[in-house]
Order: sequence, then structure tokens, then C-alpha cells
Amino acid sequence: MSDTPILAQIRSAALARRNWMKAGLASLGGLWLAGCDQLSNNTAALKVLESAEGLTRRAQRLVLSPGQLAPEFKTSDISPNFKANGSVDPQDAAYRAHVANGFVDWRLSIEGLVQHPMKLSLADLKARKSRTQITRHDCVEGWSCIGQWTGAPLADLIREAGLKPEAKFLVFHCMDTMGGGGEDNRYYESIALADVFHPQTLLAYEMNGAPLAVPHGAPVRLRVERHLGYKQAKYLERIEAVASLDGLHGGKGGYWPDRGYEWYAGI
Amino acid sequence: MAVADVASAGAEEVPDRIYRHSGLTRATHWINAITLFVLLLSGLNIFMAEPGLFIGQYADFDHPAVRIFAAHAADGHLVGVTQIGNSQITTTGFLGVSNNATGHPVARTWPTWMTLPSYRDLATARRWHFFFAWVLVINGAAYLAWNTYVRHIQKDLWLTRQDIADIPQSVVDHALLRHPTGLAATRYNVLQKLAYLAVILVLVPGMVLTGLTMSPGMDAALPILPWAFGGRQTARTLHFVFAWSLVLFFIVHMVEMVLAGPINEITSIVTGWYRVPKAHSAPHSDKGAV
Repeated sequence: MSDTPILAQIRSAALARRNWMKAGLASLGGLWLAGCDQLSNNTAALKVLESAEGLTRRAQRLVLSPGQLAPEFKTSDISPNFKANGSVDPQDAAYRAHVANGFVDWRLSIEGLVQHPMKLSLADLKARKSRTQITRHDCVEGWSCIGQWTGAPLADLIREAGLKPEAKFLVFHCMDTMGGGGEDNRYYESIALADVFHPQTLLAYEMNGAPLAVPHGAPVRLRVERHLGYKQAKYLERIEAVASLDGLHGGKGGYWPDRGYEWYAGI
Repeated sequence: MAVADVASAGAEEVPDRIYRHSGLTRATHWINAITLFVLLLSGLNIFMAEPGLFIGQYADFDHPAVRIFAAHAADGHLVGVTQIGNSQITTTGFLGVSNNATGHPVARTWPTWMTLPSYRDLATARRWHFFFAWVLVINGAAYLAWNTYVRHIQKDLWLTRQDIADIPQSVVDHALLRHPTGLAATRYNVLQKLAYLAVILVLVPGMVLTGLTMSPGMDAALPILPWAFGGRQTARTLHFVFAWSLVLFFIVHMVEMVLAGPINEITSIVTGWYRVPKAHSAPHSDKGAV
């Protein structure tokens, strides 16, 4: 059906107005998005946003007494399907060799700013006093799984090694390379002394009553409850006491913190 | 109705303008508006890292309450699917699958314009989210503390006996898009009060508390949090429900603002001064149409 000239004119005027409004809204929206994206890549703006992390850390340390335990659960609460995330099957040659011979040659070294450096085999770790806990693992992605962990309390081992007074952090060096990169892409994490001496902080070698499986960090992973999943470093080989995190990899104290995530992972 | 009688009897006593919003209320209103907007968009970006919602302490991946995902149709096309409980609906173009900057359909929970940053970036979205979460808490605490101290909440927002009696009439007025004039326009109506009270006492505090419940540090400090919300994953689901309730409030807020007279309403929340709409044509009612 063809319009009369007048109707066609009105129609096209209305269409033009509608298009103009649509374009206006779209460009306003586009401006907002572009503005936020630009800020997200602006070092100064990011620094302002990142300042909230210090506030969060101090506020949580204020309400969280050093010995306060993360909630523990019953056996019946354990997740039937505990998701494995990050590295789940490291292809590093050294790690493959350990898997092949059942970790008999694997040693965990405790070094750096300690009085008595140590090298522990899996049998050494298992011979020590252990703790078993059922806790909730909270991934930064938003999901949670509940699992039972058995391991040697880190505090006992570190007391044995004896921290030097200038030691402020423990760094956990792992055997898995992330994203197929070189040595610089090895996973690592670090924790403050408050978490080192927390009773639930374990070097865990058992999960749900069985030896820790490869997807979950065999032979030994860190459990530092009260923090997100990326702090729970898997495939441990070296624990280093340091005074500062500056010289390590990206300088932010962890593989994910070097890539923009909070070092303080209590949130 | 008593209120209507007073208004029509003393029509000349109704001031032309009233000072409706204090400086602190205006400042906190606008800070809150921007803050909630940033929190929503950065929150939606965060959600993309695990686009499912669960009930309980842990995520039962096989039984999500809500899930947004992309699937391949028989012909290989990407299909956006939104699943609520056991029912699935196709939401291609909006949820699950939407167009990227070059107009190609890609698997993505939300369209790019709904997330901050527009691209998928969990780390940066969390930085935005937690910075503005602090702004929300500090701004909200200032609003609540000051307006409780000056009794604004008790005098102007809290429901009176009369308000409760007015609920049916207020529902009818809202349905007919009738807005109060004269003296009645100098006060908030009962549904308006309920909406504002819901936001300041339930939804925003609910956002903060369910947000804190997702923090493993806070759950150790205050184990009552995950207990009260029925688990961390339930808290995360409620965080999402409260957020969309606030979006719903925002839509109604905008519609009412436009219906009640956008210039006058915006002027009042910018300068504090509200021009009282005059009662015309309706001699026995102060509820004339705008």
C-alpha cells in the first residue's frame, strides 16, 4: 500500500526522529562504555580502585582475630563433585617424572629467611602431627565446594625451621607452568605471617580421605582457609621466607595478583 | 477522607514551594545512584565468571537455580539459553549469546553494554566492585545515621496508622496514574514510603550483607552470616535477587518521576526545592490528575 505524499513525509520524519533518538542513546551508552573501559586501562584510575584492597585488608584484620577459624562442616556436607580449577594436569617434565614414580623423589624445601632450611619428603610430612578439617573452598569465580583436607599444620614446620626476624611473608613456589609459558609463568602465591601461624593453615596431602589427586595439586597443596581459591597453591615444591614480595615475578606476590587480582584474598 | 478535607479546606495555606530534600540527602542520593550503577555493571561482569546461581553452602553444578549459557543448535548456530529451575528459554541476542563489537554472535552471559568493563575481565571488574562497595557502605551509613538523627526517617518515611489505612486507595491512585496535589503532595504517599523503606532498610543492607557473606574472611569473622543466609551460594543468589529488585525499583522510580513531572522532581533532588502541584478541577479531592 502506498502512502499519500503527506503521510509518507510524516512517516519519514517520525522515522528520522526515532533513528536520531536511537543514535543519541546508543552514542551516550557508547560514550559511557568507552569512558569506563578507558578508566579500566588507566594506571592512575586503577590505582584509585585498587586502594580499596588496603581498606578491606585492614578492616578484615580488625574484625578477624588471628586464631579465628573458618567455618568447618560435617562429612555429609562434602561436595559430591569438587571442581578442580587452574592447572589440573601440569605437563612440566619435572612434574611428569614425579607423577611417574609416585613422588618418591619429590622434596619440599623450606628456605629463605629461616634459621634451619629443611627438605622434606612426602613420608616426612606424613610422619608429623596432622590436622583434618572439612572446609569450604571459595573460587574467585563465584562457586564454592566443600572438601575434607588432611595435612601438616604449617605453623609447626615453620617454628621448626625458625623464621629470621626480617621475614614477613612465605612464598609458595609451585611445579606447574600456567598457560604453557616459561619459568616466569610458574604458579606461585604468598601469605602473611598471620596466616602462616593460623591453626587451619595446612600443607595438605589428603583430600576426602584419599591421597591428593593430580587435579587437586598432588602431592601437596596449601590450605589457607579464610582466603579465596587462588591462594590455595597446588603442586608445591619450595616454600621461601622473604622480607618483601617486590623481587618475585611481577612483584605482586602471586600469579593472579600479578594479573590484577587482589593479593589479600579474604574477599 | 480527613487528609483530603484538610487540603481542600485550607487550600490557600499550601505553600508554593517546599524545601523537600536536605543537602545531605541530595548528595547521598546522587552518590548512591552512580555507585549502584557501577556496582550493577561490574557485578554483571563478575557474574560471567560463573554464570549460574545455586542454593546451599556449595555449588551443586548439576542443579543450578539459574544458569545462562550458550549451546549449539543442530545447524551449528549459537543459541543463548536461560535456565530457571528445570525450564529453559531461548534468549539469543540478549542472554547467553549476543553480538560482539563487529556484529557477530558470541557466547556471552550479558551483552557488552551491560558489563563494566564492557569486555570480560574478572580482575578489573572486582576492583571496580569493591571500591564502590566501600563508597556504598560509607555513603549509606552517612545517610542512615544523619537522617535517623534528624528524625527524617521517623517523621517522613515511617508508616503512620493513617498510611496503613490509605494503602487500598494508594494502590488505586497508582493504578490510575493519579498523583497527589496540594498538601498531600508535600508528603510521601504510602506506597512511595514502602518503596523507599524497602530500598534503605532491606535491599541495600541486604546487598551489603549478602556481599559480605561471599567473603571467606568475613565468614570466619562472623559465622552468623553464612548461617543466616543459608550458605554462601544462597547468599550469592540473594545478592543477585536483591540487585535486580533494585533495578526494578529504579525503573518504577524513573516512571513515577516522569509521570509526576520530571522537571520539578529533578529540580527538587538537585536544589532541594519542590514546587507543590496545585489542586485544580477536583474540589473535594487533593488527588487530582497531574
